[in-house]
Amino acid sequence: MKWLLSRNNKPIDINDIPVMDIEKLREQALSKCTNNKRVTGFFGIKEKACVKLYIVLADDENSNLLIASAIFKKEKSYQSFTKDNISFHIFEREFFENFGIMPIEHPWLKPVRYSFNRFNKSDKLEKYPFFQSDNKEIHEVGVGPVHAGIIEPGHFRFLCHGETILNMEIQLGYQHRGVEKLFLADNENINNKIYLAESIAGDTVIGHATAFVNAVEALKGIEIKKEAFLIRSIALEIERAAIHIGDLSALANDIAYLTANAAYQAIRTNLINTLLTICGSRFGRGLIRVGGSNFGITKELIHEIKQKLDKIQKDVELTSEEFFSSPSVLARLENTGIVKFEDAKTIGMVGPAARASGLSVDIRADHPSGIYTKFAFHKITLKTMDAFARAYIRYIEIIQSLRIIRDNLDELTQSAVMVKPYAPVKKNSLVVSMIEGWRGEIVHVAVTDNKKRMTHYKIKDPSFNNWTGLELAVKNNEISDFPLCNKSFNLSYCGFDL
Amino acid sequence: MFDLLKLRINHGNQAIPDIRKAIIHEKFRGLPEIAKKPCKKNCNVCKDICPTKAISVKPVRIDMGRCIFCGECERICPEQRIKYTNYHKLGSSVRERLIVDEKINIENFKKLAIHKSIKFKKIFKRSLKLRQVSAGGCNGCEMELAACSNVNFDMSRFGIEFTASPRHADGIVITGPLSENMSYALIDTYKSIPEPKIIIAVGTCAISGSLFEKSEAVDRDFFKNIKTDLYIPGCPVHPLTFINAVLDFLNDR
Repeated sequence: MKWLLSRNNKPIDINDIPVMDIEKLREQALSKCTNNKRVTGFFGIKEKACVKLYIVLADDENSNLLIASAIFKKEKSYQSFTKDNISFHIFEREFFENFGIMPIEHPWLKPVRYSFNRFNKSDKLEKYPFFQSDNKEIHEVGVGPVHAGIIEPGHFRFLCHGETILNMEIQLGYQHRGVEKLFLADNENINNKIYLAESIAGDTVIGHATAFVNAVEALKGIEIKKEAFLIRSIALEIERAAIHIGDLSALANDIAYLTANAAYQAIRTNLINTLLTICGSRFGRGLIRVGGSNFGITKELIHEIKQKLDKIQKDVELTSEEFFSSPSVLARLENTGIVKFEDAKTIGMVGPAARASGLSVDIRADHPSGIYTKFAFHKITLKTMDAFARAYIRYIEIIQSLRIIRDNLDELTQSAVMVKPYAPVKKNSLVVSMIEGWRGEIVHVAVTDNKKRMTHYKIKDPSFNNWTGLELAVKNNEISDFPLCNKSFNLSYCGFDL
Repeated sequence: MFDLLKLRINHGNQAIPDIRKAIIHEKFRGLPEIAKKPCKKNCNVCKDICPTKAISVKPVRIDMGRCIFCGECERICPEQRIKYTNYHKLGSSVRERLIVDEKINIENFKKLAIHKSIKFKKIFKRSLKLRQVSAGGCNGCEMELAACSNVNFDMSRFGIEFTASPRHADGIVITGPLSENMSYALIDTYKSIPEPKIIIAVGTCAISGSLFEKSEAVDRDFFKNIKTDLYIPGCPVHPLTFINAVLDFLNDR
């Protein structure tokens, strides 16, 4: 049976998705994955007494998505995908946690987030048995869930020999708020779920909001104005540049290079305050809505923003040239926390962290939507695969983002930014919406039933793929370098826990 | 070496000179004001559009403890009764004060919102160390709280700082709607802070649960048993809102 061919933001009839035998689905999915496809969606939907498993594979070369499904009636297990392709490991763990359907020979069925609707409620997060060692020369270090700084909760457990980390295990779930379920609650106007989309991860407001509105607009068949696409892209790139600058500041802080730390902080403040002058929020809340954007950008504001961008670019270049040529910085970053190209590919990493390991994945080029379809986007990859690469790629991406913002500002015409968003959604449809947030690919999947109601909403933050990358990065490094590795990734807790 | 000096000179002095008098850009959505004029007959549009049910009508009231400052009500009101001002000092020591009706304006909100605490002032006026706990917070409020200590806002000039350990803290700053999975760690942290301690709820999620109030993964029992000293609304809370609320509470200047 042939897999259904779709594209980013293209709604498809749910009845057109082939339903296969799980054995056959497994075989075909795995063979496609050896042929340059990668998994971006693997989730179950409860249908009466059965569970339907959907798999979405991304074909990055041809900008296609391949979709197929299987039904579990009474079967309580299947042959695990992970034993032949490790990138499925987290998806299968999530599927098992929610439905209790066992992937046989999965190497480690560790709980994902202890979601409130997990099949086994007697499992408690506080009682999670961490990976241990009997060797008396090995000591454990536990960090979290309440960390030293002002960050979200999560637990890291280190097994160390002296200063060297032999293994680090991450257990998350503390941030679980039941977001996916809340998307379906009340069954009111779908457009109103934008507030929830903005709160999936407060540092990726624009990324998740854009993914959500793209999905809803596709389901409703709404064509939005070019002006709105431009503004969304401006906001997305401001968000990316601002967070990257903030992360460089945090890295400078961990290296104890306080001049660069302070300089980057000031630049970040300047940039997010630019977003405030557009929409009244430093993180872009309230800007993006189904049907377009709540705010336009006037001529005076364009002028003002451009002047600010010139200053920001000058400051970033000045600070980064100094930062990345300082021996004390390079000594800490170079050869620290290496994630090899093969490993990054094997576990399915995404975003700047993957690109720093040489993996060429960027939704803006691979599956473009909105304004990114209008120009040739240049993907950036680096070769050194270490914390330096993950830091330096931020610098390159900041400059790239600033250029995209300027180009978009030039195209603005001060015309209308909103169209009526009230059309009903298509019935029996499924849409996959992907966008490159600053952390990497954000995937939202929305499913509707025959009564034009949303029946399922699935979110995948890039952190879902990348936390495993951090575990690999710190292996055999000194424990004092953990903060550096962590900041070079800067992954989301609530985006993972949902 | 010279590059470093160049960088330092270019950086200049970034700190906001007077935190107490600083104002935020006019587009910022802060304290809502409700104009003294009648609504259209049987009009409920603001109440209906509010995603967190923060608005009640007859008379129109906005609960800032539930409001996420999206500004939809301002845009939809046919009589233009609701206006979000850029006034940002929204902190209050009394939950009910966060409810804004047509009698509230910037002037009287300023006077009424915070009861200065004589008890805490005596102990913490020159040095207040806080422990932050995120319990389901989306990282919006967390990033803004971290920004309080950056070069622009420089909160430590007032002796207010975030500590790494609850044992060193004089108070707890809670963000997020209180996820159930975090409840054990939250209570544990709270108990580890020595008495007397200040409890500060930061952000709309912490004050009311906001969008996540009805989620089955959220457990808000903590606030049933423990009295909050200071409520600081916002989505997310602006650093100036946080710093000013704490300073007002400690009766500074």
